Amino acid sequence: MFAFTVRRILQAIVVMLVISFIGFAIKHNFGDPVRELVGERVTPEERAQIRERLGLNDPFLVQYSRFLVDALHGDLGRSFFFKRPVTEVILSKAPATLELVFCASLIVILLSVPAGIHAAIYPRRLLSRFIMGSSIVGVSIPVFLTAIMLIYIFSVELGWLPSFGRGETVLLFGFWESGLLTKDGLLHLIMPSVALSSIMLPLFIRLVRSEMMEVLESEYVKFAWAKGLQPRRVWYVHAFKNTLLPVITVGGVQLGIMVAFTILTETVFQWQGMGSMFIESVSRADTALMVSYIVVVGAIFVVVNTMVDLIYGLVNPTVRVAGRQ
Amino acid sequence: MKTSVKRIVLLTAVLVLALAGMSGAATLKLAMDADPVSLDPHVQLSGGMLQYSHMVFDPLVRWTPEGDFEPRLAVKWEMVNDTTTRFFLRKDVKFHSGNMFTADDVVFTLERLKKSDDYKGLFEYFTGAKAVDSHTVDLITKEPYGLVMAMATYIFPMDKAFYSGTDPQNSKPKDLIIKTDYSFANFNESGTGPFKVTQREQGVKTTFTRFADYWDKNTGNVNEIIFTPIAEAPTRVAALLSGDVDFIMPVPPADLNRVEKTKGLKLVTMSGSRIITFQLNQKRRAEFANPKVRLAMDYAYNNDGVVKKIMKGFATAAAQNSPKGYQGYNPALQPRYDLAKAKELMKEAGYANGFECTMIAPNNRYVNDEKIAQAFVSMMSKIGIKISLKTMPKAQYWDQFDAQVADIQMIGWHSDTEDSANFFEYLYMCPDKETGRGQYNSGNYCNKEVDALTLQSNTETDIAKRSAILQDIEKTLYEDAAYIPLHWQNLSWASKDNMNTEAIVNVMNFPYFGDLVIK
Repeated sequence: MFAFTVRRILQAIVVMLVISFIGFAIKHNFGDPVRELVGERVTPEERAQIRERLGLNDPFLVQYSRFLVDALHGDLGRSFFFKRPVTEVILSKAPATLELVFCASLIVILLSVPAGIHAAIYPRRLLSRFIMGSSIVGVSIPVFLTAIMLIYIFSVELGWLPSFGRGETVLLFGFWESGLLTKDGLLHLIMPSVALSSIMLPLFIRLVRSEMMEVLESEYVKFAWAKGLQPRRVWYVHAFKNTLLPVITVGGVQLGIMVAFTILTETVFQWQGMGSMFIESVSRADTALMVSYIVVVGAIFVVVNTMVDLIYGLVNPTVRVAGRQ
Repeated sequence: MKTSVKRIVLLTAVLVLALAGMSGAATLKLAMDADPVSLDPHVQLSGGMLQYSHMVFDPLVRWTPEGDFEPRLAVKWEMVNDTTTRFFLRKDVKFHSGNMFTADDVVFTLERLKKSDDYKGLFEYFTGAKAVDSHTVDLITKEPYGLVMAMATYIFPMDKAFYSGTDPQNSKPKDLIIKTDYSFANFNESGTGPFKVTQREQGVKTTFTRFADYWDKNTGNVNEIIFTPIAEAPTRVAALLSGDVDFIMPVPPADLNRVEKTKGLKLVTMSGSRIITFQLNQKRRAEFANPKVRLAMDYAYNNDGVVKKIMKGFATAAAQNSPKGYQGYNPALQPRYDLAKAKELMKEAGYANGFECTMIAPNNRYVNDEKIAQAFVSMMSKIGIKISLKTMPKAQYWDQFDAQVADIQMIGWHSDTEDSANFFEYLYMCPDKETGRGQYNSGNYCNKEVDALTLQSNTETDIAKRSAILQDIEKTLYEDAAYIPLHWQNLSWASKDNMNTEAIVNVMNFPYFGDLVIK
């Protein structure tokens, strides 16, 4: 188990290095940050001086190694736009994104499990058909459109929910701006989380349904029926437990994807998290912030995947054995 | 029945209380597409920073909607001699820090402007400012300069005492201008303006609170402005429609109708001063060096059609750079569209069968920039010019523009001096690396007469003579078809209808929020 863990962590470090290298290599294609810093009047010579001052004229490898050395000291550079260290900027934006992902995940879990089970147990019922049909529609509408539709229905037409931003937040532990503790903050969370969950929800309903159907066909469930157990006991205790295992694995991986999907949701709702920060940093060619975001999100992916692998190793010994060969 | 009566009484009571609380002071929830990059007005010369400057600082003088100057921190001014303009300053003005405003602050501010990367070009003509006494200051130029007053609108006096000394946080002088890092001035302000910045989370929210000791008592009644940047246009409109904000700018063209038709909202639009053009590179293409070809292209481009169909009427077709109201605006110049004439000109030039060329345009810089470029391509195909178009985001565009990678390039220009000569200096004077003139002239149009007249206009202080020179230049550029003018983008603001929005907005797009009255 120890060797497996060490190997996974080493792999994770290599992946992080590759991500940072790619992020750094493409940053030049996003344009010249100096253009975004100065007005149109500034002469090319003055722009060149600013570039020189910022160290943007150094060769690629010099810049990259400087970035790596600084990164090892916990310094990912400074954001040109925010005029602060990027780690500070990202940390200040992370709570917004994490709370959004948390709420969206909650919606996904609370809805997909009952809906999936229902569709698996009663595949021919009208409700099941409705669930499956609407999940196809759900998966094929882009988040962007879902979000704008929600805003127009619930904010503009009905006036029930606020249209943008996080609302009133409370400062926790001195650094975590939370919107979960105020009524205003929670109202602001509803539409963004629904929009974000709309991508994952259909997927999970289908996953739960197909896993459950498969389990219901297995020998031990047939045996349970033969034993004359209560249907509820067969479904919710014996079958459901085994359905969950693959769902948890996929769920862990999808969590990372959800963090990436916040880019669209946050942009539409003017949600001040890491996603909208990333899009803005791209349009401003704020390269340090851009690269750091890619690295941080890459890190989240790697950490989540590693943890899923480790948990899987605990649950299923064959994974560990295969790794040893 | 009883309960409903009770409810009505209760509701009325609440309403009365609420109304009583509202009268007099008001809060404005404001949303724009971006927020100011810094609290230091000298860190960047951009529309956003100037909008901010008008809220937190006060200029010596400011533009009126008619294009005149109105006194702000300067009560009156006079020419002492050819190169000296004397400003008499207001005596009862306090900075947000509590310091009194004096002539020394103006001297300090001008010195600082000359150190700013963005402003030093504009203030190059000035040798400096000299305090005559505590509330009189002379602005001195190197040679007679026609734009002293226009430049005075950019002098927002900063609090000398407040910005002097060393900042303990980075052990650097407090007045240092730093673009990309912490500086005292980036995070602290002391101006004389109607609002103080009381809370700021960059990119999220800025709270402006009315400055209690503001000198101008005869202004608006907004006590607090809560300013949120909302970059996404549909979200910005939805925020206004749902009542989450009270004032938005800009309004996207697609939603103008909807905002206008919504009860309780008010839409204000006005023709802007940013001209959109195509430059035809004469160095890259021999064809474009032929004035007949350029003229043919101008005749083949349908300005009105694009304004109507693509801009949905939200632009003003242009045949010159200077918008109405500028000294160089020449009323005789009108958009020309005549396909038959264009074909004729192509034949005369010897290109009856047309030719092929390349073109670049940004796709997120100007309103509908990509669509306009596509329309241009299809219009030119009618006179046989086959254009291969490439569009790209603005962050990548300008490097390509400077490198002149294509034969036709799009550029929009807003004159920083609110004056016609600025267009000519940057877009049509012969490119000269030494002087920086013609810096954005990717058409490589070069006409000694235009150069000489533009320089002459800079030192001409007589307004009538100066107008004649500038209008003459516009006419030459038009007759030469030095470039293809498209249109001026309109400006737009939308708000609840209980405010005097139309009175505070202007063609520079610097709304004077200090003057906003909410009824």
